Amino acid sequence: MHWLIDLIVLTFVIFCAIAAISVKDLLGTAILFGAYSFMMCLLWAVMGAVDVAFTEASVGAGVSTVFFVAAVFRTSRRTKD
Amino acid sequence: MKFLGFIIVCLTGALLLYGTGEFPGWGDPHSPASIHLSNDYIEKAVEQTQVPNLVTAVLADYRGFDTMFETAVVFCAGLACFLLLRDFKEKKERFYRHTPTGVILHVKDSKKVLKTGKEFEHMDKDWVPSDLIIKTICRILIPFIQIYALYVVAHGDFSPGGGFQGGVIFGSSLILLAISYDLKVLVKRVKEKILGIFAAIGVLIYVGIAAICMPMGGNFLDYSKLAPLVPGDPHHIRALGMLGVEIGVGIAVTAVMVIIYINIVSEGRHEEGL
Amino acid sequence: MTDLLTLIVAKYNYWLYVILMMIGLYAMIAKNNLIKKLVGMNIFQTAIILFYVSIGYKRDATIPIIQNAHGGNDTHAAVIHAVDYINPLPHVLMLTAIVVSVATFGVAMALAVRVYQRYQTLEEDELRMRLVDIGPEK
Repeated sequence: MHWLIDLIVLTFVIFCAIAAISVKDLLGTAILFGAYSFMMCLLWAVMGAVDVAFTEASVGAGVSTVFFVAAVFRTSRRTKD
Repeated sequence: MKFLGFIIVCLTGALLLYGTGEFPGWGDPHSPASIHLSNDYIEKAVEQTQVPNLVTAVLADYRGFDTMFETAVVFCAGLACFLLLRDFKEKKERFYRHTPTGVILHVKDSKKVLKTGKEFEHMDKDWVPSDLIIKTICRILIPFIQIYALYVVAHGDFSPGGGFQGGVIFGSSLILLAISYDLKVLVKRVKEKILGIFAAIGVLIYVGIAAICMPMGGNFLDYSKLAPLVPGDPHHIRALGMLGVEIGVGIAVTAVMVIIYINIVSEGRHEEGL
Repeated sequence: MTDLLTLIVAKYNYWLYVILMMIGLYAMIAKNNLIKKLVGMNIFQTAIILFYVSIGYKRDATIPIIQNAHGGNDTHAAVIHAVDYINPLPHVLMLTAIVVSVATFGVAMALAVRVYQRYQTLEEDELRMRLVDIGPEK
């Protein structure tokens, strides 16, 4: 049962990663990357690493996404690949 | 290039997959990582430090050096962002808004400076009025986020949390102020100089607490020697020392997060941005 | 058949981490946009962090916070068994790694903004063309 949750979330994580590097809009990449970080946080909570999950939820999914959006706001949104 | 990259990635992946054959099974309690040092931490930490959260105990006490230099790395990142992006030159074109009528003035001469105050306000080129609902909600929400951040720092010894998480949450509450209102509101309230000083003070608190232990007769970072300085139960002195360094880490991380955000979003000019 | 199933249950995590790592590495090598490369770097980092955290996991163990550490009369009677708690050491190392990763991410974003200010592009091939055209500026 436990490993089933783990497997499902890991699959979502991999889909999010592939989508984040293949979407052609950098703002979309930012949001998908935030989703990736939240999934990762969930995975760590399942593994019992509560401190790491907490850090990832506040750092990876929160502040990192904000930095990302700020950088996209100051550069360009389009990308070729 | 893409094809070559794909081949390299496949080769690396194949090597790593071959390496997993030697790994212990997932969740094995007798894997090599869990039989040497960490058992010592688990069994002795409460007795030695009186801190039930083992991660905090190992982070701030047993491996205090690691965390100290890591705080220094975060400080250096803030410094690097400042040095890379900060631009003290005034912009040539400026936009002002006459508040009672809503007329927008475009000033091209950089020497002409309108006095901003009740009548005119300085604004961005692509200015959009902030939404009333968002402003109100964020104004109500920000104090609660800050209190939660302080709770996370203070309760880090007993529950998940600590200086890094609390600092990041506090910093993101300030960033939320900048996003919901305007960057100028944040820069006016929290001066750049104060942010820089706080980032340095955070690191200094950590190093200071560690260094005070030396004249008291202990090693660097040996909190147990601080007992004569602090009233109360001497058994809890290690927990108190950890709380002190976590507060230092929290202050440094808060200031650095805000410095990085402000510099990236305004390209170092600190006057317009999200 | 049962052997294969136990092998899969014991190892599938590691295989998926390797796949995640490959995605990150591919993005770092083959993507053209600098910000995409940064995303690849972060994916690579999280894959490694995931690997380390999973090393510390123990079956039938609880999170690394000691129960009844302060309250109760039988505090000293309760002996702490290492096998009941998840290994905290990898968590500590990876917690610091995450915070350093966001700091480096911020610096990398600052560099990207700076590159865009000077060359008006973030695509690697266009950047290379402009570097050849103008030569080093000033």
